[in-house]
Amino acid sequence: MSGFFNSSIGRKYAMALSAFFLMIFIVQHFAINILSVFNPDAFNEISHFMGTNPLVQFGLQPILLFGVIFHFVMGFILEIRNRNARSVKYVRNNGAANATWMSRNMIWSGGFILIFLVIHFIDFWFPEINTKFIQGDMSGLLPNGDYRYYEELTHKFVPIWRVALYCVGFVFLSLHLLHGFSSAFQSVGANNKYTRGLKGFGKAYAILIPLGFIFIALFHHFNH
Amino acid sequence: MNLTLKIWRQNGSQDKGRMVDYQVSDISKDMSFLEMMDVLNEQIINKGEEPVAFDHDCREGICGMCSMHINGEAHGPDKGITTCQLHMRSFKDGDTITIEPFRAKAFPVIKDLVVDRSSFERIQQAGGYISVNTSGNTQDANAIPIDKHAADKAMDAATCIGCGACVASCKNASAMLFVGAKVSQYALLPQGQVEAVDRVKNMVAQMDLEGFGNCTNTGACEVECPKGISLENIARLNREYFKANVKG
Amino acid sequence: MSVLDSKVPEGPLKDKWTNYKDKINLVNPANKRSIDIIVVGTGLAGGSAAATLAELGYNVKAFCYQDSPRRAHSIAAQGGINAAKNYQGDGDSTFRLFYDTVKGGDYRSREANVYRLAEVSANIIDQCVAQGVPFARDYGGLLDNRSFGGVLVSRTFYAKGQTGQQLLLGAYSAMNRQIARGKIEMHNRHEMLDVVKIDGKARGIIARNLVTGEIERHSAHAVVIATGGYGNVYFLSTNAMGSNATAAWKIHKKGAFFANPCYTQIHPTCIPRSGDYQSKLTLMSESLRNDGRIWVPKKMEDVLAIREGRKKPTDLSEEERDYYLERRYPAFGNLVPRDVASRAAKERCDAGYGVNATGEAVYLDFQSAIERYGNEQAKLHGLTNPSKEKITELGEEIVRAKYGNLFQMYEKIVDENPYKTPMMIYPATHYTMGGIWVDYNLMTTVEGLYCIGEANFSDHGANRLGASALMQGLADGYFILPYTIGDYLSHEIRTGKIPTDTPEFDEAEKAVKDRINAFINNKGTHSVDYFHKKLGKVMWDKCGMSRNATDLKKAISEIKEIREEFYKSVKVPGRADEMNPELEKAGRVADFLELGELFAKDALMREESCGGHFREESVELEGEQKGEAKRNDAEFAFVAAWEYKGEPSDAVLHKEELEFKDIELKQRSYK
Repeated sequence: MSGFFNSSIGRKYAMALSAFFLMIFIVQHFAINILSVFNPDAFNEISHFMGTNPLVQFGLQPILLFGVIFHFVMGFILEIRNRNARSVKYVRNNGAANATWMSRNMIWSGGFILIFLVIHFIDFWFPEINTKFIQGDMSGLLPNGDYRYYEELTHKFVPIWRVALYCVGFVFLSLHLLHGFSSAFQSVGANNKYTRGLKGFGKAYAILIPLGFIFIALFHHFNH
Repeated sequence: MNLTLKIWRQNGSQDKGRMVDYQVSDISKDMSFLEMMDVLNEQIINKGEEPVAFDHDCREGICGMCSMHINGEAHGPDKGITTCQLHMRSFKDGDTITIEPFRAKAFPVIKDLVVDRSSFERIQQAGGYISVNTSGNTQDANAIPIDKHAADKAMDAATCIGCGACVASCKNASAMLFVGAKVSQYALLPQGQVEAVDRVKNMVAQMDLEGFGNCTNTGACEVECPKGISLENIARLNREYFKANVKG
Repeated sequence: MSVLDSKVPEGPLKDKWTNYKDKINLVNPANKRSIDIIVVGTGLAGGSAAATLAELGYNVKAFCYQDSPRRAHSIAAQGGINAAKNYQGDGDSTFRLFYDTVKGGDYRSREANVYRLAEVSANIIDQCVAQGVPFARDYGGLLDNRSFGGVLVSRTFYAKGQTGQQLLLGAYSAMNRQIARGKIEMHNRHEMLDVVKIDGKARGIIARNLVTGEIERHSAHAVVIATGGYGNVYFLSTNAMGSNATAAWKIHKKGAFFANPCYTQIHPTCIPRSGDYQSKLTLMSESLRNDGRIWVPKKMEDVLAIREGRKKPTDLSEEERDYYLERRYPAFGNLVPRDVASRAAKERCDAGYGVNATGEAVYLDFQSAIERYGNEQAKLHGLTNPSKEKITELGEEIVRAKYGNLFQMYEKIVDENPYKTPMMIYPATHYTMGGIWVDYNLMTTVEGLYCIGEANFSDHGANRLGASALMQGLADGYFILPYTIGDYLSHEIRTGKIPTDTPEFDEAEKAVKDRINAFINNKGTHSVDYFHKKLGKVMWDKCGMSRNATDLKKAISEIKEIREEFYKSVKVPGRADEMNPELEKAGRVADFLELGELFAKDALMREESCGGHFREESVELEGEQKGEAKRNDAEFAFVAAWEYKGEPSDAVLHKEELEFKDIELKQRSYK
């Protein structure tokens, strides 16, 4: 199978598989975050569980990190290859005539998502790692004895610039998914009588999930 | 109609090439696009210059020889046709029309609007056939009944005329629709099963070797394909390729 | 005895081919490796021959002018391929296919060849299915057939409207397999410009690389020409723009006799010309005549009103229309054979009743078919008192299912909706039955030089049946030539590699180069197309659907004049050592300008009407068939094979008398 993953089609499979993984992760991430709107206590509980459970931290988290990095790196590698496949560009190219903006600009939506992710890591992930593994504080508690997760979350969404940035990030995520969701299925060869339904579901997914994230950010901004 | 034409001129594969402007007048709306090019060339010849080289042959949309990129689209703005089937009624008096060769690293320009599509040939030589001797000692044609739906789908895939519009339209210059159509035709028929593993592996390897880009499922190829070859064929190619690699 | 020896084997018709094959000389596999064969042209005939010869073990060099063998014009055949499979159990047989083909060819073909064609036809289908050709199938998974061209059985196999393309892709895939094995050396974008003869035998060719302009020498132990027909002598035809007679004409000049050049098929259902800029004509499948009714207005005032746009065809009542085929041929009506339908259209248009601006178009009307189908469907759906709109809607659905793709193609080209207004059609040159004379082995009058497919004259006589061209091309290439060429090559096993540095190659190459340089250096004033169009007009007006001695004589002198003017004032821009489409065209038109004259000369000689060749002087003078074509079997039951002697006017006629032992000669009647 090593030949497989060196081929153009094999690489698309790899892209699609990492995409499936990330799409499932996003649902999971969203499910936890939305709890912060309806039930801060539950949000705190599950955040603490996820942040301290060894299986999650040392099993799933590295896989996730690998998935994210792989998806980005492979995406850029393929993009460079693809650009090389047409060394002289068209003087006039009417790309909109035959393909959606989303499908033609995955590298840009992906690129913006990467920028967003860097900020997101700086905002949440690095402090979290610092607290837990460098400072060694695995308690998940504030000095007053409450869980810190909800408090930290709402605190982050006070500055309007960050909320705006997150919203923009999610718009790009939506654009990326609008093509990416169904594209991943096509890449692994799933194109059959269910494809139409799947495309509809993919559109709903691509719009509703990022919209939900935007809602969470705005909710916390305006309620605190 | 009076038109301004911006045409890619390139004197041989080593030349850098450039866009050159031409004016044509009294173009009838009933002319085909290539007949308009004939009128232009007649005009250029009478001026004592070298006419624009372009590929064309059957002029009825089946041979797949014609190959221009017109106003930013392979085979021009109309869908489901080749350049030879494009008529001037699709344009307006006073229009400026940009005419370029199909662009892809795997389709180097030979001259002006003529490109070298021999990469397609090599892909087919890598496995686009069923290894059956042509001596006539085959079994009766009706010995193996074939499900009509599969036969019809194989036919749909087989309608590919190998023009290269898929590659020209794809932002990645990918040849997956072409290869997908070829692989699908044989994958759908019982006769093609015996060599299925080697066929798809060899054809994809050759495709990669030729320097075509990767498919990113934009669907541009399907939209611009003069024969309406479906993206389903690319999905089938992906499946066949995976299956082949699992089998060994 | 004539210099022509057809080499037809002895014995009963049915056993000739089998017995012959059993006794033929073979080349042993080890020796095949040291034998080279050149195949020029990669359509159905050339492609299948190249693949099969390579598979047998010969070293094949194949040439085509297109950028891929797959683009040869066989690809454009829509309708289907005949084969005497009798899958439908409707009484078809080898003999019946043979009989239909000879009769359809108006008794001007060689019996033994046609019988062999019918015999191997069934095998073609087996072969193609094994190669993965996706023929149409029924719900039981078996192959579907349709009836085609007015024959009484359903023997036509088809792949949507793309039978030619699918069969060619089959042959092309077989070629690809051999190219990958290194047994075929494929030369795309190459044009053969001469054949090289050494000691009377064909030993190689001179070809021009169309990309670099380089003149190349290629040697072989045998040369096969499979370069198609010469329909483009008319300038406008349904042939591809690049289709040409150069290879055939060059071998004619080197000693291969050219047979029956005047036999051309003019297809009745093509899209009419819209103006002088027209570069080619588009054929629409003959099947349209199954449901379309052909007419022109009865009154001249209506014709003028329609041309000026004051009236629409749909404004004319039934009484104001002249359904001339139904009027003249009540028994067959709109389904008369191609040549009859074509001539009748020309007759009406010559009389001034043509319905478009050029005056060269008749209507093909689907209104009554739509109504008929609509009423049938209404009954089937159990509708009582359906509205006129409902009937039209139901009827159009049926018509769309049958001819949707053709209607769409028509609308794309003409910009009119054929469901709402009648189609306009006019005849156009489609196929040439004439070609290089070959014997039973498909060898020309030059030893070691073979000619197959449309390029030869052999199987269709004076007229070709629908769906038979594909059959002949593949039969020649897959099943006949590979056997017969072995008989010749069995004497070549000790010859060794043919060198290309011989005086014969030098001479041939020099002649080719001189000619190219003459074109490039000619300080002319007119483009190549200017002359080609002039030639085409003469051919169409005087050697077209109906011919007479006065016009043919005029044509001969006019073509000669055009040819002289061409050499004096043709302008070919660019250089010889680069891709130069104008230079390619110049060479081809130069050959058409000679072939056209021989064509007219042959037509003048043949003072009878037969098949696609209609002489106005040879018609029935009385009786039911009055005014119809009259064949003259007593004086003209022969193949006219012309020998080149310099100018076309000097060509010498050789006759191969045709004998019909298994078929009774009959007059065609469609009244």
